[in-house]
Amino acid sequence: MSAADIYKEIILDYYRRPRNYGKMDDHDIEAHDTNPLCGDEVDIQVKVGNGGVMEKVMYTGKGCAISQASTSMLTELAKGKKVDWVKELSKEDIVKMLGNPELGPARIKCALLGMKALKTGVYGYLGAALDKEE
Amino acid sequence: MLKQQMLDVKKIRADFPILKRKVHGKRLVYLDNAATTQKPKQVIDALVDYYTNYNANVHRSVHRLGEEATEAFEASRGKVAGLVGCKPEEVVFTRGTTESINLVRFAWGEKEVRKGDTLVATTMEHHSNLVPWQLLAKKTGATLKLVGLNPDGTLKLGELEKLLGESPKLVAVSHCSNVLGTINDVSKICGKAKKAGAVTVVDGAQAAPHMPVDISEIGCDFYAFSGHKMLGPTGIGVLFGRKELLEKIDPFQGGGEMIREVFPDHATWNDVPYKFEAGTVNIADAIGLGAAVDYLSSLGMERVREHEVRLLKYALEALSRVKGFTLYGPREPERRGGVISFNFGDVHSHDVATILDEEGIAIRSGHHCAQLIMRWLDVPSTSRASFYVYNDTDDVDALVLGLEKVRKVFKL
Repeated sequence: MSAADIYKEIILDYYRRPRNYGKMDDHDIEAHDTNPLCGDEVDIQVKVGNGGVMEKVMYTGKGCAISQASTSMLTELAKGKKVDWVKELSKEDIVKMLGNPELGPARIKCALLGMKALKTGVYGYLGAALDKEE
Repeated sequence: MLKQQMLDVKKIRADFPILKRKVHGKRLVYLDNAATTQKPKQVIDALVDYYTNYNANVHRSVHRLGEEATEAFEASRGKVAGLVGCKPEEVVFTRGTTESINLVRFAWGEKEVRKGDTLVATTMEHHSNLVPWQLLAKKTGATLKLVGLNPDGTLKLGELEKLLGESPKLVAVSHCSNVLGTINDVSKICGKAKKAGAVTVVDGAQAAPHMPVDISEIGCDFYAFSGHKMLGPTGIGVLFGRKELLEKIDPFQGGGEMIREVFPDHATWNDVPYKFEAGTVNIADAIGLGAAVDYLSSLGMERVREHEVRLLKYALEALSRVKGFTLYGPREPERRGGVISFNFGDVHSHDVATILDEEGIAIRSGHHCAQLIMRWLDVPSTSRASFYVYNDTDDVDALVLGLEKVRKVFKL
């Protein structure tokens, strides 16, 4: 294992030039999560359009390259997909998205932080929708 | 002559089996000593010897093994007392610094602290000398107030003076900061606090392992430290308590050993320190700590401190030449412990630590259980390299080279 196996070019690129970074005024989903170990933080916002499609996904946050790049890449991946897609999202999907870096047990938590926040937000959103139907 | 007085690091390294191992194919450069230290074979052997040859419960066994175990266990208490300048009966064995401080919170705090009282701690405290007091304040209705920090990472003593004017019940302060490295003048602080009528609790987790500590000179009421940060095993720590105070306060936990007589509805307490050591104590690790104290005493705590100051001087100079290196805490080696907290460019500490790990270098990264300091520094985290007796300038050189690797990966 070498640093190059973890810090893939793509991770450094998204860390240095974050995509979809910022806040939006009208959003349907918002979630915040932290990794108490590192102090990594992310906030994710989603605007949901017709048919439950995620029209716009934004994030803000601070933390290590892996947590921030992973969240930024996830916003791009999620955009245009239906909210239900988030329910199926797995650890393997995120690792693949990052270009299969060799992350140990301590650092994998960094990689999954954005997904955790997005899932929390989406489950809250879907739960609220269910309540409304009842 | 001077050469002779310096620590023989090569000889010391040979005592630590773990230093022979490779990490990612590289020599292990262990610079995470503020978190926990490695163990010399003398300590490991003491544990093996106890379990192999005289494993028995202490104090109430009249058989031979029990007598040997009791003798070794109490000898450790005496060694610890000798190291920090107190009476053996003032040494309470605990699980570590955190449990020591929580013992004070329950045994002293819940008995003595009332609604409306003021408790004083500082912004540089480790969570273990902060959160217990927050909990105590919440439970009793007291107010916890914090002494702030100067830009150089020292305590605002003027603020402390002001708070002492409120006649606080407690002044809790660290002897040496685990992040900034700041060494506080605890004897001065405790002297003033005492005059104001406060009980003083000193967190010595980063001081007792690294410098001569004389509790009788400090004049505090309680002093806490951990065995595993001073070459000893995990799971054993120390609370020094002033004897008169230990006798006055309530027990911490109820159970065996801490009692004198038990009746259907009440009990009377054993003498100190046994009153605070309910249940079977951590015999093996207390004996291991005794072996660690022997090891440190053979080196001499003054020489340990001199060694770390020498390393600090070397490191601070070498690191100041590394472009993008930001140091936190006092600049002068004499005013700080062997702890170097830093950030490197805009690289997050966890990324720094991961890349250094590839080079076999172990450092700490994160908030170091001191989130108030992170807020004060206005950084999410820091990297931290911390020294001990087996570190030398070659470890500092490895760190500097490692940072150049970080620079390369992150294209700084």
